[in-house]
Amino acid sequence: MYPSEYRYTRDHEWVKVEDDVCVVGVTDFAQQELGEVVFVELPEPGQVFDAHDEIGTIESVKAVAEVFTPVAGEIVEVNEKLQDDPELVNDDPHGDGWLVKVKFSSASDLDDLMDAEAYEEYVAKGKE
Amino acid sequence: MSETTPSRRTPLYDAHVAAGAKIVDFAGWQMPVQYAGLMEEHRAVRTAAGLFDVCHMGEVRVTGPGAEAFLQRLTPNDVAKLAVGRAHYSALLTPEGTFIDDLLVYRLGPAEFMLVVNAANAAGDLAWIVSQPHPECEITDLSDETALLAIQGPRAMAIVTPLASMDPSTLKYYGFARGEVAGVPALISRTGYTGEDGLELYVPPAAAMGLWQRLMEAGREHGLVPAGLGARDTLRMEAGMALYGHEIDRTTTPLEAGLDWVVKLDKGEFLGHEVLRRQQAEGIARRLVGFEITGRGIARQGHLFRHGGVEVGAVTSGTFSPTLEKALGMGYLPVALAAPGTEVSVDVRGRELPARVVPLPFYRRAR
Repeated sequence: MYPSEYRYTRDHEWVKVEDDVCVVGVTDFAQQELGEVVFVELPEPGQVFDAHDEIGTIESVKAVAEVFTPVAGEIVEVNEKLQDDPELVNDDPHGDGWLVKVKFSSASDLDDLMDAEAYEEYVAKGKE
Repeated sequence: MSETTPSRRTPLYDAHVAAGAKIVDFAGWQMPVQYAGLMEEHRAVRTAAGLFDVCHMGEVRVTGPGAEAFLQRLTPNDVAKLAVGRAHYSALLTPEGTFIDDLLVYRLGPAEFMLVVNAANAAGDLAWIVSQPHPECEITDLSDETALLAIQGPRAMAIVTPLASMDPSTLKYYGFARGEVAGVPALISRTGYTGEDGLELYVPPAAAMGLWQRLMEAGREHGLVPAGLGARDTLRMEAGMALYGHEIDRTTTPLEAGLDWVVKLDKGEFLGHEVLRRQQAEGIARRLVGFEITGRGIARQGHLFRHGGVEVGAVTSGTFSPTLEKALGMGYLPVALAAPGTEVSVDVRGRELPARVVPLPFYRRAR
């Protein structure tokens, strides 16, 4: 279910490291909790954030969730497809439904993240 | 309801769990908020049919020679004009003319009525009703002995008719009759909270599960799906229907909420009469409006309206409309800004989204 090469946050986001860039998205658990996504609001490329800053929102019919950046750095790309097809977040949360790419300034921000196994435990615990 | 009170389950709880529902605590009840998905359930109700568990609603019986006079004083709509076999929409108002709750009044007999109230207010409503002078009246809480299923949508009548002891399509809108559905004794009511045709079935709790299953089986070929509180909320919003705690509460009057048609000032004295008569004569300062967001985003309850940089009101309900596929909502604006076409903005978490006042309801079914 959760790709083993990704890292995960307590906010139910995933991070895929590609050289000095992190691809960030929300997990399958998060999209299930939200329900059908109808709007995704993302930052502009070039904006710089600290780790854990709120960088956008995902809205479903009934709920709104904040998007945080797990790492400090500069937004280098946002998923433009989500403007017209926000449901990609539901359909392919770990793939085509990615949100942003962040060029991270400090690799140590990644140290706090969970691996897939730890995240699955974290989700299971939350459901109890 | 206090935090220590454990939440209750309706007689249909096991059916919801079996159907994969996501259960949430609502007004002290463990209720299904959605099954397969809110949008799918919403669209099924608009195009086929949906089955709702609304057992959490409260029912109160008022009987006796004084019942009509009591309800005339207690509620603003004209109970004297309510025929046996008919229901009407009304309210419980404070002496200040604001909402304690909204409700349906059913006239079961010349001197016998049933009030149907919101789950969240049921205990408080009952206490209020009993606290009012009620000569020659008996007031009974029927909530624990009443289960309520709502079947709503263009296919609802076709699903229920073959199972019913009487032809429910002979009922007028807001008409009801006693009969049987799938062998279960029921008060069959042509009412609902979705903007679609359909029925609400008041039945004994012990029979509710059997009836739910029979309806689901019979409805399968018609596209019937179980529908949760999530879809119920988006459906009522599209239909421009008020919800207690959102459009109406102890700070709002029926005239402000656009419910003038519920207030019969000429029928005689009732609770709130004086204030509402004055409010009608002098004019209201603010009014409930429908609006759509013309930018990108969704307004939610509590977000503020601005006009020319000035805060002018607040959103009471907001959602993405599955039928109209845009963000819409309801809220209060000064009367001068309440005309359809007026441009305002909504502060959505610090972003100013443009919005336009539009007529209510947003959605009206083809008849």
